[in-house]
Amino acid sequence: MYDLVIKNGHLIDPTHGIDRPCDLGIADGRVAQVGGAMEGRETLDAAGLVVCPGLIDLHVHLREPGQEWKEDILSGSRAAAAGGFTTICPMPNTVPTNDNASVTRLMLKRAEVATVKVRPIGALTRGLQGETLADLGELFDTGCVAFSDDGRGVQDGLVMRHAMEYLRPFGVPVIIHAQDDCLFDHGVMNEGWRATELGLRGICNAAEDVHIDRDIRLCELTGTPLHVAHLSTRGGVDLVRRAQVRSLAVTAEAAPHHFLLSDAEMPAFDTHWKMNPPLRSPADRDAVRAAVIDGTIAAIATDHAPHAPEEKERPFDEAPFGIIGLETCLPLSLTLVRDHGMAMRDLIARLTSGPAAILGIDAGHLGPGAVADVTIFDPHATWTYDSARHFSKSRNTPWEGQPMVGRAVYTLVDGRMVYRDGELVAA
Amino acid sequence: MPDVIDHAVTATPTRPFPHTDLLDTADLTAADITYLLDQAESFYEIGQRAVKKVPTLRGITIMNCFYEPSTRTRSSFELAGKRLSADVINFSATGSSVKKGESLRDTARNLEAMGTDLIVVRHPASGAAAYLAHHLSVPVINAGDGCHAHPTQALLDLFTLRHAKGGLAGLQVAIVGDISHSRVARSNLLAMRTMGMEVRVCAPPTLLPAAVERYGCRVCTRLEEAVEGVDAIMMLRIQMERQGGHTFPNLREYAARYCLTRRHLALAAPDCVVMHPGPINRGVELTHELADAASSLILSQVTSGVAVRMAVLYVMWGKKKK
Repeated sequence: MYDLVIKNGHLIDPTHGIDRPCDLGIADGRVAQVGGAMEGRETLDAAGLVVCPGLIDLHVHLREPGQEWKEDILSGSRAAAAGGFTTICPMPNTVPTNDNASVTRLMLKRAEVATVKVRPIGALTRGLQGETLADLGELFDTGCVAFSDDGRGVQDGLVMRHAMEYLRPFGVPVIIHAQDDCLFDHGVMNEGWRATELGLRGICNAAEDVHIDRDIRLCELTGTPLHVAHLSTRGGVDLVRRAQVRSLAVTAEAAPHHFLLSDAEMPAFDTHWKMNPPLRSPADRDAVRAAVIDGTIAAIATDHAPHAPEEKERPFDEAPFGIIGLETCLPLSLTLVRDHGMAMRDLIARLTSGPAAILGIDAGHLGPGAVADVTIFDPHATWTYDSARHFSKSRNTPWEGQPMVGRAVYTLVDGRMVYRDGELVAA
Repeated sequence: MPDVIDHAVTATPTRPFPHTDLLDTADLTAADITYLLDQAESFYEIGQRAVKKVPTLRGITIMNCFYEPSTRTRSSFELAGKRLSADVINFSATGSSVKKGESLRDTARNLEAMGTDLIVVRHPASGAAAYLAHHLSVPVINAGDGCHAHPTQALLDLFTLRHAKGGLAGLQVAIVGDISHSRVARSNLLAMRTMGMEVRVCAPPTLLPAAVERYGCRVCTRLEEAVEGVDAIMMLRIQMERQGGHTFPNLREYAARYCLTRRHLALAAPDCVVMHPGPINRGVELTHELADAASSLILSQVTSGVAVRMAVLYVMWGKKKK
């Protein structure tokens, strides 16, 4: 007799090649049985729903410590649960930076009461200044699962080389926010006709591509796995693809806004369309989308970046970069299946086994004995995204009021339901 | 004529101009532009009189909110408002609540709460005028937002040209200078295309914005090519305050290649006119001699500017927001 049996669902577990109607038995927080007859103290009827490993978002900003008016670990974890995520990885550009173990410990302490699993990413350099190394080993020992200076690019190639070399024995990836500050030149949106029309400073593709190119070469030189965050350019896709053909340890992620939106449809001066990297041209968007579909980009990650209304409601130049994404990721990603011919199992992989493999963690699958982090979603549910009713503290999204298709119905962490049908479940 | 119209202050004048704000020339049709230029004609006539004041906007309050330094545009708007008998208040960014961290929106809403009827705004951020228009219920007139738009400048340029040439359709114009940072260029490119004019832009490649040809203009990097046969040449100021420092080697080389001289003028149409939004850098954008020559309309532009802005204030007052 298991604790919980999920019946009548369509189980998709990319790691084990399962994509069929299949029941799931859970006991003591782990997967006890996959398929076949089973009984549980509780039964969950998942008829018409997809059952898959708990979704993993390896790129979020939870703003704690230091900017809790935008979001904190608890509210961010709630938003994650509502979005069907069971593991989230907060980036270290907090205040203070997560560049030393005490900040990591603080975050993990807060994470103890979070709704989903929080696996911090440690800074690569102290203060994200790109000059000296953060306390890499201590960060790792305290619980950081990867390293990144996200929010900033490391400008000095030698610093990047040393960081990667130092980290090689740790077996975790270095995640890059590819940005050459000189070429970026205080830009605020993609360089192109839209920026010219609006009189806004443009960010050329090269500002991102030169760092992807440089760091792929450093990956080859140092042997440390490289992961490209929020890939937005067709040139970057090309570089990653060629590196993978050469069997280099290079991976990449993309955010839904980069495979769905472009600068061409940006409403004039709408700061809910302002993020970094920016929305690029339709050709870039199409290349990123194709790469997500063919697996060159092995992970979808939201880059959930909350900001308060008074921060975003400013002239475009003055508003901070970033949009939230945890609660819209699933329906937006499902458009790849519905409208662009992607196989559902491949999409699930981008949100489960793909991110898990990048981080090198034993997660994102539901084999016997696996931790029972489970997402159960309705791929056909139609709803309207109303940020006033969502769980994030912030509301900076371009999809306000937009129709969505697909929604997480149940989210389970360690076999325990944390989100059910639009409501968080009390611990 | 304006001096026989005695506007009842409470009435909403019904004028055929379907815009609640004047933010950029992109939104203006040929009919809109022609209407504004025609209105400006009557106000131009007032500027020729000994007593240059009419009661048209008496009792109306106009707030000039300038977040960027400007002498000529602000003076032009101030003069325009005062000649219309309006109460004009100048609000400049320094020494004000901006330093105390008040947001642009809150500042403007405070001014609105005092009973402002019209706000004229100049701001270093592109989109700032649209931002204000979105948050205010009084008409907003854009006096220049970042690199984006400067509609009244384009209108006065067209007014000046129309006076000089008798019409606008079919005119060929060259715009020369730092196009990439120029709101004057953008607003003129849009308005001139709307009025059926042909435009060429000319600058070193580092000063041309991405996809500039999508304005429907010809793109030149040589001044000789740009000015050949044109009816008007508009020179733009090299904006040293906006430069990163390495878009051209030095002013000497820039002037050698892009300074307008009599030699260039000889390549243009015989009655070609020379324009510049000001302030001019003699010896950089155009020669000392050309700045004062008969072909120069630079001072006419300034005179036109007050008339056009009087027309804009007159037309925009009373436009209610939805």
